[in-house]
Amino acid sequence: MAKEIYTKYKMAKYLRKEALPTALCPGCGGGTVLNAFANAIDQLKIDPKDLVVVSGIGCSAWIASPYFLADTLHTTHGRAIAFATGVKVGLPDKKVVVISGDGDLAGIGGNHLIHAARRNIDITVILVNNFIYGMTGGQVAPTTPFGAKTTTTPYRNIEHPLNIAEVVAEAGASYVARWTTAHVYQLIESIKKALTVKGFSLVEVISQCPVQFGRRNKMKEPAEMLRWFLKNSIPISKAKKMSPEELEGKFVIGEFVNRQRPEFTEELNKLIDEVAEHFGLGDE
Amino acid sequence: MIIRGDEPEQIDLLKKLYPKGNYFMQGDEAIAYGAIFAGCRFYAGYPITPASEIAETMARELPKVRGYYIQMEDEIGSIAAIIGASWTGLKSMTATSGPGFSLMQENLGYAIMTETPIVVVDVQRSGPSTGQATKGAQGDFFQARWGTHGDHPIVAISPISVEDSFWETIRAFNISEKLRIPVVLLADGVIGHTREQIRIPDPEEVEIVYRKLPKNEEEAKYPFGDVDGSLIPPMPLFGHGYFTHVTGSTHKETGLRDVYTPEVHIKLVNRLHKKIEKHEKDIEKWEEYFTDDMEILVISWGVSARPSLGAVLKAREEGIKVGLFIPKTVHPFPGKKVKEFAKRVRAILVPEMNLGQLILEVQRYVNDDIILKGVNKIGGVPLTVEEILREIRGV
Repeated sequence: MAKEIYTKYKMAKYLRKEALPTALCPGCGGGTVLNAFANAIDQLKIDPKDLVVVSGIGCSAWIASPYFLADTLHTTHGRAIAFATGVKVGLPDKKVVVISGDGDLAGIGGNHLIHAARRNIDITVILVNNFIYGMTGGQVAPTTPFGAKTTTTPYRNIEHPLNIAEVVAEAGASYVARWTTAHVYQLIESIKKALTVKGFSLVEVISQCPVQFGRRNKMKEPAEMLRWFLKNSIPISKAKKMSPEELEGKFVIGEFVNRQRPEFTEELNKLIDEVAEHFGLGDE
Repeated sequence: MIIRGDEPEQIDLLKKLYPKGNYFMQGDEAIAYGAIFAGCRFYAGYPITPASEIAETMARELPKVRGYYIQMEDEIGSIAAIIGASWTGLKSMTATSGPGFSLMQENLGYAIMTETPIVVVDVQRSGPSTGQATKGAQGDFFQARWGTHGDHPIVAISPISVEDSFWETIRAFNISEKLRIPVVLLADGVIGHTREQIRIPDPEEVEIVYRKLPKNEEEAKYPFGDVDGSLIPPMPLFGHGYFTHVTGSTHKETGLRDVYTPEVHIKLVNRLHKKIEKHEKDIEKWEEYFTDDMEILVISWGVSARPSLGAVLKAREEGIKVGLFIPKTVHPFPGKKVKEFAKRVRAILVPEMNLGQLILEVQRYVNDDIILKGVNKIGGVPLTVEEILREIRGV
């Protein structure tokens, strides 16, 4: 079965075969995200030699690292975007992509997410939001829906989830979109846009974790979770006409922003050119 | 491959920007200039007293030599960014003080485990916690050694003057690059904020080391393998098509994770330690005075080394046979040297601006039959010659 994938799956050429099979559970949305990412890279004809993938800690950090055959930097919990910032400054001509989870990037690493968006550094973040800390056994996350059950909210969650896409859009990113793993083609298109746009880009992917989230919330089959996504997804154009009460428990999907703003590494290199020219050796 | 900071015109540029000669500056500034002479072209940091002047100097000077300065949102992000930049080939540094150094500990361990060359400056200030934020101290001796979790080696260097700060920063970079290990520069708020004369050299006088790169595709397949018996793997840089995988998890020589095979962990962590032991000669450095005929030995480090020398000189004038030993590399601690000395003296004094930290390392190499005594001072005011002299006379 696994061997067959190497020959029949068209995106297998992008994978580090010696690292397969993946560590992801059956039914996990991570595979869909990896597939969408590989298709986006393929459609854009990006040479993986021009790509650095950075991730943090948690299940979603494993989606592309080590499986995607590129330079891959698997970092500490929450800090992927800060590591990626150093990589991007050093390699401004390469595509630097962070793929990691909601707890990693928006929980413990939330500060780096906000400030990278503010800086508008040309990094693409694919944030896989499964509402839960999966790897550690299903604890409540800053994204867990109000009222949901987790191992650390055994009665019900009394906190409200963070609206990641809106926060990042507000912080100043060039491009922000949100889709679910039930919207694969739209997801591929958004990842392509995110990789192409100059500046900070975020694609939030609502993804299923049937093992740690679904089975504690009456959706133990992956398909049930996908149906839940489809049933509750509201296009952003429609959502704008709805009240907060009407949007409670819904997933607003689509493009939140797509705009041009000065990009950090370009501004940094411009500044260096100016200063270096002023203080440099000149023609003497 | 042209390394940023190592272009042929850099020598002329440094000569133009910083002509050799005498300057009057702070220890913090000397650290920044030392870094620039060492080839540092990426700095990420977060403001903190008494280290902010390093960031300010780097922000002003780095663009002149086409280097990158970035102010991050916190110290955790700062060390993360310099590790990321180091994997692209840039020599990288951050600087902070005690509280920020505490925040950096997790990623310091990541740099050790992934064998990433970086320099982390800790301009020590009086703690614990916010303590006396503006005052110098020497309280982070063991935070530098054991601050991050797990078994790990580390190199820490402590300068004793403003001019020494310049040269020891360069040495920190050279060791870090040669051994692929983070090096901690244990500076302190007293020297950091002291202004004194320093001689800036010709850049040609400065020995610069750059990390070993893979010679071919085959070597690049083992970013964590001992390919040449030196125990130091060549470092394949990102962006060159090597498809390198880097993780802080236990990994094989290829970089791929294997946390289930005990032998893989044992081999990796042992090599990390052994590479330091094997290259001990490249790391160790000390100064010694009047050690030939001494009966009493003063061992001191960093800011306290200077009043110690003053006290030893005065005591010699009084006819007291006292010697002085100043480790510049404080981790790994030069224990063998101390053990030799301990056989020839009747007493050892250890002056330092804390309640007794380096003395605990000394203790491990000294028998019970000699007097071992700390000369300790906290409160943010450095030790004086008189305070140390009094102890020498009395011992």
